[in-house]
Amino acid sequence: MARAVSTRRQVAVSILAWVVALAIFFPILWTVLTSFKTEAEAIASPPSFLFFDWTLENYGEVQERSDYFRHFMNSVVISLGSTLLGLLIAIPAAWSMAFVPARRTKDVLMWMLSTKMLPPVGVLIPIYLMFRDLGLLDTRTGLVIVLTLINLPIIVWMLYTYFKEIPGEILEAARMDGATLWSEIVHVLTPMAVPGIASTLLLNVILAWNEAFWTLNLTAAKAAPLTAFIASYSSPEGLFYAKLSAASTMAIAPILIIGWFSQKQLVRGLTFGAVK
Amino acid sequence: MGTITLSKVTKSFGSTEVIPPLDLEINDGEFVVFVGPSGCGKSTLLRLIAGLEDVSSGVIEIDGRDATRIPPARRGLAMVFQSYALYPHMSVAKNIAFPLKMTGVDKKVADEKVAAAAKVLNLTDYLERRPGQLSGGQRQRVAIGRAIVREPEAFLFDEPLSNLDAALRVNMRLEISQLHQDLATTMIYVTHDQVEAMTMADKIVVLHAGHIEQVGSPLELYNNPANMFVAGFIGSPKMNFIGGETASTFGADTIGVRPEHFAIATEPSDGAWEATVDVSEHLGSDTFFHLHSGIGERLTIRSVGELGLKHGDKVYVTPDQSRIHRFDANGKTVASQR
Amino acid sequence: MATAHSRTAARFMLSPAVVLLLGWMIIPLSMTIYFSFLRYNLLMPGMEEFTGFTNYRFFLTDPAFFEALVNTIVLVVGVLLITVIGGTLLALLLDQPVWGQGVVRILVIAPFFVMPTVSALVWKNMFMNPVNGLFAHMAKAVGLEPFDFLAQAPLFSIIIMVAWQWLPFATLILLTALQSLDREQIEASEIDGAGPFSRFFYIVLPHMARAITVVILIQTIFLLSVFAEILVTTNGGPGYASTNITYLVYVQSLLQYDVGGGSAGGIVAVILANIVAIFLMRMIGKNLEV
Repeated sequence: MARAVSTRRQVAVSILAWVVALAIFFPILWTVLTSFKTEAEAIASPPSFLFFDWTLENYGEVQERSDYFRHFMNSVVISLGSTLLGLLIAIPAAWSMAFVPARRTKDVLMWMLSTKMLPPVGVLIPIYLMFRDLGLLDTRTGLVIVLTLINLPIIVWMLYTYFKEIPGEILEAARMDGATLWSEIVHVLTPMAVPGIASTLLLNVILAWNEAFWTLNLTAAKAAPLTAFIASYSSPEGLFYAKLSAASTMAIAPILIIGWFSQKQLVRGLTFGAVK
Repeated sequence: MGTITLSKVTKSFGSTEVIPPLDLEINDGEFVVFVGPSGCGKSTLLRLIAGLEDVSSGVIEIDGRDATRIPPARRGLAMVFQSYALYPHMSVAKNIAFPLKMTGVDKKVADEKVAAAAKVLNLTDYLERRPGQLSGGQRQRVAIGRAIVREPEAFLFDEPLSNLDAALRVNMRLEISQLHQDLATTMIYVTHDQVEAMTMADKIVVLHAGHIEQVGSPLELYNNPANMFVAGFIGSPKMNFIGGETASTFGADTIGVRPEHFAIATEPSDGAWEATVDVSEHLGSDTFFHLHSGIGERLTIRSVGELGLKHGDKVYVTPDQSRIHRFDANGKTVASQR
Repeated sequence: MATAHSRTAARFMLSPAVVLLLGWMIIPLSMTIYFSFLRYNLLMPGMEEFTGFTNYRFFLTDPAFFEALVNTIVLVVGVLLITVIGGTLLALLLDQPVWGQGVVRILVIAPFFVMPTVSALVWKNMFMNPVNGLFAHMAKAVGLEPFDFLAQAPLFSIIIMVAWQWLPFATLILLTALQSLDREQIEASEIDGAGPFSRFFYIVLPHMARAITVVILIQTIFLLSVFAEILVTTNGGPGYASTNITYLVYVQSLLQYDVGGGSAGGIVAVILANIVAIFLMRMIGKNLEV
């Protein structure tokens, strides 16, 4: 744009933007800071912002008292497991819809999307009862299955939009070059789609990590991921701020980092390609 | 070797018939060009031969063997695509070696073949680059290299030059012709550009709405077009068509005269048509005149060298009587009365 | 554009996804519909009997349902208002040249990645707590009586928490849309003499209309199902003051073990969501080229 941006204007806009951004970010910042305070300092009035005795003891205590690491691993296994399983099912499906479109392809895509619109309470009871009867309640396996299914439409959609950007001629060239369907997918399609597959993976790890309906309803102590573990802090009020903060910081840190890397793909994934 | 025979081949997409029953014979070592306007089915026909599409009915024989149901990978053909279709994540060397890898050729043999192909195509210095770092012409050569190493029964080219700029296109045209001379392998080449067809082909197949309008050598098509479609499609600028009374005096429904088959003069003479210059295009070697004539038609006339006529000048044009094409009401060529 | 061989392969490769999703959708949903016509309580096993529309009648005439319905609507509309208006303003701000733009963006987007239970507990304890919360400290510092957010304005508090989580989403999508606006259009309108306000209303806003609609529809789908925030903060109370339909169904089925009543509520929720979903699907479908 050939518009001359006056420095004064940019200073003003920058200050405003920083103030707003810090305000929005403040609860996270405050949580992180509180996690380094002692419990007494965490509820001190007036609260101190930076000048307190920094301590790491909360992190140690969270682990000691409640076996934090196990819940963390539950989250990792559940989010990564459901995403990988989802990719395994979705890559072939997206391949066929993107490169061998049929008359019904659009309907199938829309129908898959529609399953995502189903409110979870609509199926909560049967799933709960089935899981109870199959012994899947409070197991990682059960959650992996549910999260795979609820995120499968998003995975298929994201992959589909990425695959659509790969020219079909390249796959035909591979076919002419003597590649079987298998080597076509392994040697040509997958390497070309790696960026798309990677961002699909990241977004779905985020969604699965933060999923808080099924994880809360289908787990108790054993398979509880961090969402459910943190929820257990809701009852004992008052004296647990610093430990709650430490647990929260550890719970959101990995996802914040992944999220910052995949913010561009987020838009596309969450709007089903309606906004790019 | 690379003979390809199509018998009664048809192709329909749903209820639309793209290619009505079609027969075609392609001899070993021939350079055959499929030419026609966009949507005429030429690319579909090529894809049927390649096996990228199924025929709806009919038989395709390659090298005397029924290939109708054989998947593309095992038809022994190589194809060069319009978009080049290079694998962007592989180096040039890997791209060229890919078909060899797929057919399980020994690594050492493959390396030798890649090196040889790269040498022929002047790609030796670029073997480690990615396709994204190459110019359009170089990408095209990589695509050709990938086809050469397979030593196929026949090469298929799908509008390979249409993404190149004009100057490069002329060069690549020569390179492909040269390649055909060297390899003497059957080549099928699809284009919408009649100049490419005329300059490269041993045999041109003119397609229109899925039909073969005419098959022949370039000069056969130029001199003896079977119908108005071929007459209008082959040759540039386009043949002039004149109907009405003028045509009747030649015993035809429509007559056609190519721009280069007129004599142009500023003085009236016997059998000349009077016309007025609208636009004149000076190319140096030739001059094209766009005229409107007394016989009620627009005419394009080509004259060799410089001719200083300008807008509004009155001229007299005389068609070369021996090169007038006569067409009947259906557009078919009427047998010569000479 | 393919051969019979590849079409067969395609169908074969598509089928696992289709079969799984079909199973996921049809089996539990039809079970829910079936349960919704039964008198079925987990505390009284073996007493199931067909009761017709009784569960629906009880669910729909329960005063709690009406309150939950109103709460659901207030929650959805409130969060939408905050996020769409706030998101538009933020997007306009972040579209300007700003020093440290990358960092600003990261800070603004961050809340979206915070898991709902963490966000709810942090807001509940560290900000809204009437004794130890930051808001209480701030009120005391200026000599005001601390306000007990979750007791006195439970729904409003939940709206604030949820809006904080979804504001980044709206901002991100609206910013993406804004950045796809053709700069030449803006310049042309400047040459045509449009001021900043008419430029916003006649050029920018119409361009963003689509993205805003998408934001509204997608958020609505998620907001209808807000659950964790209510569970860990207010438990739906006091009374039913912060209970939405989703939470009501949860209470009825998993806390009161009334499978029949809960199922009827679930089906009601499905119907409500479908009304929104139909509009959303049309929007996305129109945009889809196969």
